[in-house]
Order: sequence, then C-alpha cells, then structure tokens
Amino acid sequence: MTATEPRAPRDEGSWAQPVERLTTTATTTSQDTVTGKRVSGPVQGFGQLWQKTFSVRVPAEQHSPDAVVVHWKAGFPTFWPKGATFYAPLAGITPGEVALFDVPPVPGSPIKMSTGILVIYADHESFTFMTSEGHALSAWITFSAYADGDATVVQVQALERTADPLIELSYIFGANRANDRFWERTLENLARSLGVAEPVVESIRVCVDRRRQWKYAGNVRHSAAVHMTAGTVTAPARWARRRRAGRSGPG
Amino acid sequence: MTQTTVDVTRNGTTAILRIHGEITGSSEPPIMAAYAEADGAKSIVLDFSQLDYMNSGGIGLLVTLLVRAQRAGQHLLAVGLSEHYRQILALTRLDEAIAIHDDEPSALAAAASA
Repeated sequence: MTATEPRAPRDEGSWAQPVERLTTTATTTSQDTVTGKRVSGPVQGFGQLWQKTFSVRVPAEQHSPDAVVVHWKAGFPTFWPKGATFYAPLAGITPGEVALFDVPPVPGSPIKMSTGILVIYADHESFTFMTSEGHALSAWITFSAYADGDATVVQVQALERTADPLIELSYIFGANRANDRFWERTLENLARSLGVAEPVVESIRVCVDRRRQWKYAGNVRHSAAVHMTAGTVTAPARWARRRRAGRSGPG
Repeated sequence: MTQTTVDVTRNGTTAILRIHGEITGSSEPPIMAAYAEADGAKSIVLDFSQLDYMNSGGIGLLVTLLVRAQRAGQHLLAVGLSEHYRQILALTRLDEAIAIHDDEPSALAAAASA
C-alpha cells in the first residue's frame, strides 16, 4: 500500500519563507537601516488602520493583467515620483527578497529617510510588500492588475497603520494625504509608460479601525525618521569633534 | 472565480467558522456573512483544515476580520492550519494576534477559559 503524499498548496511558491531578521542583496547609496530588523504589518502598527485603494485603467487590448504586472515588476523603481529612490534586490521582486529605498519624510524635504520592505508574496497577477521596522508605516501593500471589460485595472492596495505616535501626528497634519499622492503619482507614471496620455487615478480610502494601538507606541525607538533627524541635527557637533581630534592627534 | 464557502456551528459561546476552498480578496462576502452569523459569540474559531489556497488579498481579509472581532471584544483562534499556512501566519506576524491551536478541542478549551 502506498501512502498518499499531502498535496502541495497552489500558492506555495508565491509566499516568502518566514524570517526572524531581514537581510538584503540590494545596494543602497545611503545607510542600510533594514538589515537585522523584523517585518512589521498592520497588527504591529500604532495608528488608525486604513485601507487605501488606488487604481487606474489602461486599455486591455494592448495590456493584459499579466503583462502589466511583468512590466511593473521589471521597472518598479522608475515609476516612483521624483525624490524617492528604490533599490531593488538582485533577484528582483520575488518572494523573500528585501528592497531598500530612500524617501523624503515629508514632500519636498531635502533629507531622505532610508528604510525597506520584504516581498512577502508574488505571483503572475500581484505582488505584496510588508514594511520593515523603522518604516513610517506598518503595512502590507499589494500591487495587482485585473481585467474589467475593455480595460485592465491596475491597482495599489495598502492596509496600513502609522508605525508610531510621531508619524501618526504627521499623518493628522498632512502626511496621510502626501502618502496618497505618492501612490497616485506612481500609477500615473505607470499608466503613461503604457501609453495612456492622461491617466485618471481613482482613490478610495476607508478607515477600518479608528483606535490607536498604544501598546505599540514604543515602535518610535525603531523609527528611521527619528534616527535620520537625530543624525542630521548632531552632524555638525560630530564633525567638530572629529576635527578637534584630528588637530590634537600625532603629527 | 473565487470559490469560498463557510459553515458556521456553535459550541456554547464559541462560534466555529469552517472555511472551504480559497481565501482571496474576493472572499469578503462569504466570510463576513459567516462572521455576522456568529454574532454574539465570545470567541471565534477559524477552521482552516479545508483551505486550498490563500493569496495576500486573503491575508488582508483576515486582518479585517481580526479588527472586527477585537472591536467586538471577541477572541480569534485558528485550527487546522497546515505547516504551509502556519508559516504564512508567522511570516505576516498574524500569529501574534490570532491564537493557533493544533486541534479543535484545544481551541475550544482555550476559548472557554478566555
């Protein structure tokens, strides 16, 4: 008698393996603030839970959903708005890979916040990122495309909480809207690359949970924004200290 | 097309939701209908033993369910997870909010003592 082997789930190859701490093959021109950190999703975030859906329509005749997702993965960094930089891992957007990026904490800021994401899921019609500790958001962000009549709908769907009280405060004072604009511009850029002259992005924002998770207020200790600000503020003092040490050294 | 069916049974103040087929972003109507049927339960046990497929949209749906349960003061527990789906809950750190049990009796015992 032959024992029946358990059937492998269809989604098995699409998910990343669990990881305790993140490592990356991506190369950044700034500081790698992600290696050694854990992932952080909506369960571990501090602020209100938002579900945001951004979508744009492209002609299905020229662009099937699968083809759009291939195009998106291949050129992912090029669709981001100016001022933000995405450093892809060597294997590209595949499950288990960690990407790094630099983004301004607020639009127009000359200072960049370095952080990253883990690709937790990827198949032929979608891929999903989960943010690392230190990111402004504790989030899952899914990028997908599907057919709807004569159009292919290209979509970004984020399930997100701000990571800590300081970021939540910035969300109240405009960063929430700025974050929305980031994904709207990304979709506009993607649609233009597919030949849509005047893309129209639809945005739907739903606050799924208005409560704040005070037990995660301590996430602020991981905050890339706080570390970046502290590093910038103390830079002149560190420079002066180095200079003094150089003068009093042997010579 | 997504195929999801959910059977709801009761054991005292605990409701058991047996999920068959797939969980994707499109599974919201049957899963939320089952959750509404479990209205008034102190604890909700999700039985995944008949789960065939789950994508990242499905994981998002579990978070929405978790938020609703927490808001209602209910505990959320899971049984029947294969090693693969246990790993997904660990990867996404959902296992920090949904109590995973090896079998239904242990989940029901935990629910009763909660």
